[in-house]
Amino acid sequence: MIILVAVHFIAAVMAPWLVGALRSRAFLVLAAIPLVSFGWALSHVAGVQDHQAPVEVVRWVPSLGVDLAFRMGALQWLMMLIVTGVGALVLVYCAWYFADDDPALPAFTGTFIAFAGSMLGLVLCDDLLVLYVFWELTTVFSYLLIGSDPARRASRQAAMQALIVTTMGGLAMLVGVLLLGREAGTLRISELLADPPSGPATTVAVLLLLVGAVSKSALVPFHFWLPAAMAAPTPVSAYLHAASMVKAGVYLVALLAPAFAGTPGWHEVVLVLGIVTTLLGGWRALRQYDVKLLLAYGTVSQLGFLLVIFSVGTRAAALAGLAMLLAHALFKATLFLVVGIVDHQAGTRDLRVLSGVGRKSPVLLGAALVAGASMAGLPPLLGFVGKESVLASLLDVARADDRPDLSPAAGWLVLVGVIIGSVLTVAYTVRFLWGTFADKPDVPATGFAPAPPGFLLAPVVLTVFTVVLGFAGSGLTDVLEPYANQFPPGAHHAELALWHGLELPLAFSALAVILGVVIFVLRMEFGRVQAALSPRWTADDAYRLVMRTIDRLAVETTGLTQRGSVAAYLAIILVVVLLLPGTAVLTALDGPIDVVLWDSPAQAVIGLVVILAALFAARSRRRLRAVILVGVTGYGTAMLFILHGAPDLALTQILVETTSLVIFVLVLRRLPAYFTDRPLSPRRYLRMALGAGVGIAVGLIMLVTTGSRTATPVSAPYPKEAVEFGGGHNIVNVILVDIRAWDTLGEISVLVAAATGVASLLFLDTRMSGIRRVYDIPYPSSVQKVPTGPGRRVWLPGPRTLPPDRRSIIFEVVARLLFPMLIVFAIYLLLAGHNNPGGGFAAGIVTGLALMVRYLAGGRYELDEAAPIDAGVLMGTGLFIAAASGLAPLAFGGAVLQSAKIDLAVPLLGDLHLVTSTGFDIGVYLVVVGLVLDLLRALGSRIDRQILREERAAEQGVGL
Amino acid sequence: MSTNVSLIVTASALIGCGVYLILERSLTRVLAGLLIMGNGVNILFLIAGGRAGKAPIEGTADAADMSDPLPQALVLTAIVIALATTAFLLAMAHRSWQLNGNDDVQDDVEDASIRRLAAADEASDSHDLATGGDDDEVLTEEGA
Repeated sequence: MIILVAVHFIAAVMAPWLVGALRSRAFLVLAAIPLVSFGWALSHVAGVQDHQAPVEVVRWVPSLGVDLAFRMGALQWLMMLIVTGVGALVLVYCAWYFADDDPALPAFTGTFIAFAGSMLGLVLCDDLLVLYVFWELTTVFSYLLIGSDPARRASRQAAMQALIVTTMGGLAMLVGVLLLGREAGTLRISELLADPPSGPATTVAVLLLLVGAVSKSALVPFHFWLPAAMAAPTPVSAYLHAASMVKAGVYLVALLAPAFAGTPGWHEVVLVLGIVTTLLGGWRALRQYDVKLLLAYGTVSQLGFLLVIFSVGTRAAALAGLAMLLAHALFKATLFLVVGIVDHQAGTRDLRVLSGVGRKSPVLLGAALVAGASMAGLPPLLGFVGKESVLASLLDVARADDRPDLSPAAGWLVLVGVIIGSVLTVAYTVRFLWGTFADKPDVPATGFAPAPPGFLLAPVVLTVFTVVLGFAGSGLTDVLEPYANQFPPGAHHAELALWHGLELPLAFSALAVILGVVIFVLRMEFGRVQAALSPRWTADDAYRLVMRTIDRLAVETTGLTQRGSVAAYLAIILVVVLLLPGTAVLTALDGPIDVVLWDSPAQAVIGLVVILAALFAARSRRRLRAVILVGVTGYGTAMLFILHGAPDLALTQILVETTSLVIFVLVLRRLPAYFTDRPLSPRRYLRMALGAGVGIAVGLIMLVTTGSRTATPVSAPYPKEAVEFGGGHNIVNVILVDIRAWDTLGEISVLVAAATGVASLLFLDTRMSGIRRVYDIPYPSSVQKVPTGPGRRVWLPGPRTLPPDRRSIIFEVVARLLFPMLIVFAIYLLLAGHNNPGGGFAAGIVTGLALMVRYLAGGRYELDEAAPIDAGVLMGTGLFIAAASGLAPLAFGGAVLQSAKIDLAVPLLGDLHLVTSTGFDIGVYLVVVGLVLDLLRALGSRIDRQILREERAAEQGVGL
Repeated sequence: MSTNVSLIVTASALIGCGVYLILERSLTRVLAGLLIMGNGVNILFLIAGGRAGKAPIEGTADAADMSDPLPQALVLTAIVIALATTAFLLAMAHRSWQLNGNDDVQDDVEDASIRRLAAADEASDSHDLATGGDDDEVLTEEGA
């Protein structure tokens, strides 16, 4: 069974290619898949009949008790036959329905097969959560199928409406599933039914499951989505909205009824909603001009009818329900397919326009007449067998007290409701047949292109089943009994048969037919009554009102809370910090708090300098001054790091601070020197108060939390572990490249993202920065070319490209001397970082500083000389090396990011102690170098070029 | 565990000044505030790590005398990320200056349009797209 379901999904993935090769004939190939499933089910009939249901279980999520369990009992067997049989026939039908050049065909085909697979999984699975998964899959695929023509507004709306309504019901159902699983201690459906739980929680769970069933099967008050879904192509309507998906709700009720029909509220909910739906659907079907909509309302009516009969909970009713389920799938699918052919060949579905179609296509008329007769409940068809059994079983409930928890009065009420429903069914059946096929004297005959025989195949085959199965009552009874026998036996031993004798049910049937025909004959008068009685409000209007209200609520809420000002959002967050943790900490202050003034007095001195710098930075109106004061706080923090015993931090902080300052200056040269002049607003004081408040709150929180620490730090064993497993003595570095290497990997990814962001903000359209070497570049006009002979070398090649007034010989000389030293220092930091302060981050920034020196001394071409490589390549390589060295241990049976130690005796250098995590650190190094290089290219070279271009433009402007 | 007051005061002051600055409109000041605040938060990490000590390098000192290495590793990544943040915000400030002539953070245009919808008691555009308008088929009409 699992294989059959899986094959559907595999075929769904391959269907678009198949359609590409075979066009619409692909449907014929794909039809083989449901057909094989159909054959498989048929071949297991003996097992189903003998209570030996085939079972397959694959463990899926053992920790949640969720398994891919599949089991085919009698009910599942019947559903599977319907789903696969009708599915195969509808696919054959599709081959003629769709044009070869339909652009939506590949997607449609795949979705259709995927839906068929989901539906098959839904009816076969034996696990409630898996059932829910398939349930929602059918919802999603039906959304795609209804909306298969996204260009049409009606199609989009209908798809969205069906999705919202059924998903809402599905969510309620999910809660019910979880609740029921909790109460029963298992999610396996067969176990649940064998030993059903009870109690208030179970009642709630079952009612929630009913919400799902009612919404899926389009019962009042959710019925409106089904007629709207008729915007779908007719094969979809025939398959989803007649034979399979809408039956999912019926199936769920049928599945649960043996165990839960006695649950409080069960009968009240399903019987009332079912009868109301039966009557409403029939009533509104009589008011439709579109024959497809007429059938849709008929389906709504019949679904209500099916739910009623399955929810009763007697053996006779269950057997009757199964017969009716099968009969409905056969005749309703036939009628939809017939409508599809009429629509396709005549170009209209309006019964006021159609005339004389029956004479032009007698085969079609024949199929429709038989199916229609089955729908109206005329002998000797399956519909008649089903309806007779239904009436008989309800009569037993009303008269013989077959179901003790249903009072006879309720039984009579349901019976009367069903009979009235049957009257309406007869009436709209006649209206349908007359409207589609009759010769109307005052309407000109409709043009009708003859339908090819293949197109007619599916409805004709379904019709044959309707006729043959009508005579196969005893055989059907034998096969379906295992399901029905789960219920109490009842006063009469019910059997499916054409002839039960001259009893009341036969009289009811005859009455329904006569009254139905009378309504059709008096259709003008009846229509006037209907028009007078019709309410001004429909459920669809209510749905729209609800949706609009939700949307309006969202707009109002968003408009109220989302003011669009970043500062306002920040202020809200900070005020909450002040109010909640801030006040909470005040209550904790009364305990004893152990404080020291400082670890060393220097901390206080540096702290004072830092605080002053921060205050002046906040006051500053000049950009550059503010930035330099921020730098002072940064360097001060670095000093605090040293005093605290964190040399790695201090080193990195100083390097980063220096790099930041240069980058700031590179950008600030373009921005105005002063901040935008703005009148001082009183809000300034609010900001000050908030700043002071948050600062104090954070300080107090820190005071309380640090003082109340009780546990031993997790880092206590790190010194030992660092040497033992990480192979390094610098614990901070080992943490970065080994213990918490995943974090570091994430962090360098952030660096790559940020660098890419900067580059895209500056270069806008291209990531490649266009590296040009000095020998490619013509000398500026003001520079005299000095011939370079052997033995004559320049300190730096790049500055020759600069105008003389922008050069500084001293700077060039210093840069020339400094660059190699910085590079050597960086390599030292990189290699020594595992045991001494340093590491990939520090080494990368030192290398970046070396590049920066070259750039500052020699301009952008000097930068390209120093690093003739694209920054993106550098960062990508770094990320790759880091990831690869993290994954490498897997190849040797280790864990991701595990370290190994390698000791090599290298001649001259002595023993080299290597740890594999050095590879990771090299990756980090390359990413950081790439980052700095990218920043220099973007914020340095690129802005240089912009300035140059503007200068040239200005000169030309003056020249003109 | 005893708490170092001078570090706490320094961190609080930095965070206070940072909060004042990030509530500004100019992106450069916001960035300055972010950096000052970041320095303050990094000091908080030191405080959380406990008292000062020797550098956490095994073999150079007794493990009991070392400062806690774990917060240091966390701060180290924070410092480098701050560099990336600085660069990115500066690039944004530069772009904003290129487009608008200043580096002020603008109010969100979409939010303003939603406020207009709310004031006019109207539904959102997506709602109109999903449910509004007329059907393109008029076969759904009902009658006797």
